Amino acid sequence: MALTEKMTDPGVRSTARSPAAKRRRAAKRRRAAETRAGYAFLTPWLLGFVLLTAGPMLASLYLSFTNYNLFAAPKWVGLDNFQLLFHDPRFLQSAKVTVTYVLLGTPVKLISALAVAMLLNNSHRGKGLYRSSFYAPSLIGASVSIAIVWKAMFIDRGIVDQVGQFFGLGAGGWVGNPNMTMPMFILLTVWQFGAPMVIFLAGLKQVPADLYEAASVDGAGSVRKFLSITLPMLSPVLFFNLLLETIHAFQIFASAFIISGGTGGPAGSTLFYTLYLYQRGFVDFRMGYAAAMAWVLVVVVGIITLLFFKTSKFWVHYSGEAK
Amino acid sequence: MSVAGISRGSVTAEPSALRRRRRRNTERVRSVLFHACVVAVLAVVLYPALWMLMSSLKPTADIVGNVSLWPEGASLDNFAKALQGIGGVSFWTFFLNSMILAVASVVGIALSASVSAYAFARIQFAGRSVWFALMIGSLLLPIHVVIIPQYIIFNNLGLVNTFVPLLLGKFLAAEAFFVFLMVQFMRNLPRELDEAARIDGAGHVRIFISIMLPLMKPALVTCSIFAFIWSWNDFLGPLLYLKDPSLYSLPIALRLFVDQTSTSDYGAQMAMAVLALIPVLLFFLIFQRYLVEGVATQGLKG
Repeated sequence: MALTEKMTDPGVRSTARSPAAKRRRAAKRRRAAETRAGYAFLTPWLLGFVLLTAGPMLASLYLSFTNYNLFAAPKWVGLDNFQLLFHDPRFLQSAKVTVTYVLLGTPVKLISALAVAMLLNNSHRGKGLYRSSFYAPSLIGASVSIAIVWKAMFIDRGIVDQVGQFFGLGAGGWVGNPNMTMPMFILLTVWQFGAPMVIFLAGLKQVPADLYEAASVDGAGSVRKFLSITLPMLSPVLFFNLLLETIHAFQIFASAFIISGGTGGPAGSTLFYTLYLYQRGFVDFRMGYAAAMAWVLVVVVGIITLLFFKTSKFWVHYSGEAK
Repeated sequence: MSVAGISRGSVTAEPSALRRRRRRNTERVRSVLFHACVVAVLAVVLYPALWMLMSSLKPTADIVGNVSLWPEGASLDNFAKALQGIGGVSFWTFFLNSMILAVASVVGIALSASVSAYAFARIQFAGRSVWFALMIGSLLLPIHVVIIPQYIIFNNLGLVNTFVPLLLGKFLAAEAFFVFLMVQFMRNLPRELDEAARIDGAGHVRIFISIMLPLMKPALVTCSIFAFIWSWNDFLGPLLYLKDPSLYSLPIALRLFVDQTSTSDYGAQMAMAVLALIPVLLFFLIFQRYLVEGVATQGLKG
């Protein structure tokens, strides 16, 4: 900034006392005062960012190249942890479990959210009450309480088992059956469709009604209207929901911990990524290994976010003026 | 109401009245269909929560496998057992710990996030856009990448087994979501107000305290509610940092309770699960508008 000033006005020094120069100097002083005020107000966040986010991130990057057990000094091992990771059957299992959960749970959850949002998007009475009621599970779904309830519902001879037997499914609870734990967790995340539903509803309200009217005049059926109007108009909201829910799903922890008693069993079928990270870091105290796992997660989440933004121009439509 | 009665009426009014009545009828049918559909879905969605509540009133032998919601021989025995606590620590100790953590979180976040958000929203300073980009980036960051070094640091400082590691981040606006929400809110406030105050010679501190804070009440309320509920439900933080049962917050006390009673006492487990959710449910009932609006406008998570 100083450089351009000098270039455009070489006579600054000689005419230091001119009114223009005085004004410039006052503006500069004001800018400096603003910057001081800015950093003063920013202090809490800045401290938090440096001490609790950026610093620890760098520290865990360093730790990921070491062996560290919290007692002896970290020992540099280069890329060993990362090489071990990809030959560790439990790591591969945890990656498989988590990716399956993300790929199945998130779409089902969002489709449910969109379906109920479209059901509620009308002028009938009682809509607000319904909206709040559907939202409630999102508030409590990740809590320990609900994990306990879920376990009690899906256990051997539990209510789901009873109902399943009535419909001819095999006996035995879902909790102890490695093939059924994933559906159980997917149901738990789908149960919390309320938060994305509320966001979808807000998006649906923004779709101009005259678009539908025009489409009706042109003889479009409801499927056509959904595909050609609702989905494109809703795509920014869909983008937001999909990105957030996906990143969120990677980090499921409390429910998996409670339902499996912290083990990730039976047969590793509930060994979610963060659960295995916790076991490595805080049960086995292999903190370098856990840090390497954390960085793999960061890179994966980063790549997914990047992909979302890079592909958004092909499927996200922003109508009207740019946001 | 007979057909004859209608046809005897005014000839010109007849068709339109009929049509209106028919339209009103189809509307009514449609409305009944709508409510029936929604209530059916709602029944399925709310069933687990209701089952938990009702099971907490049933004798243990009558919980597992009992689909019925109606508690036969309802009693508060389970709650009496849950309130006794675990290992000599009363339920109310856990409750108080959770309450201290949640209230302190609310205070910390309301203070730190609003001050920091003011810098982003209202002060032009060198480097602002860089910091803002970093703040947005940290919104999507998985926390697992910071918990290990944080634990090591707090451990070295001898702060494990205190509330400090759980609260420090709240006073330093480490949860960027709250800063982001307040920045968005502040940007929508009219700039004329603070520009007028500036001309009158007010500094940023004055403007923030006497103009911004009062206008930010809705954002502060939304943030406070979510701060409370997230702190109340937090499991990983207390699991890492609280080792002494007398410091346990409710979620990890609940976990200890489940581990100790194993499969034997579902009644008491359900009762304690219900008790642990009561403050969240109260917040929900009182502030549901704020909560749902907050989610709708900001995309906050539950």
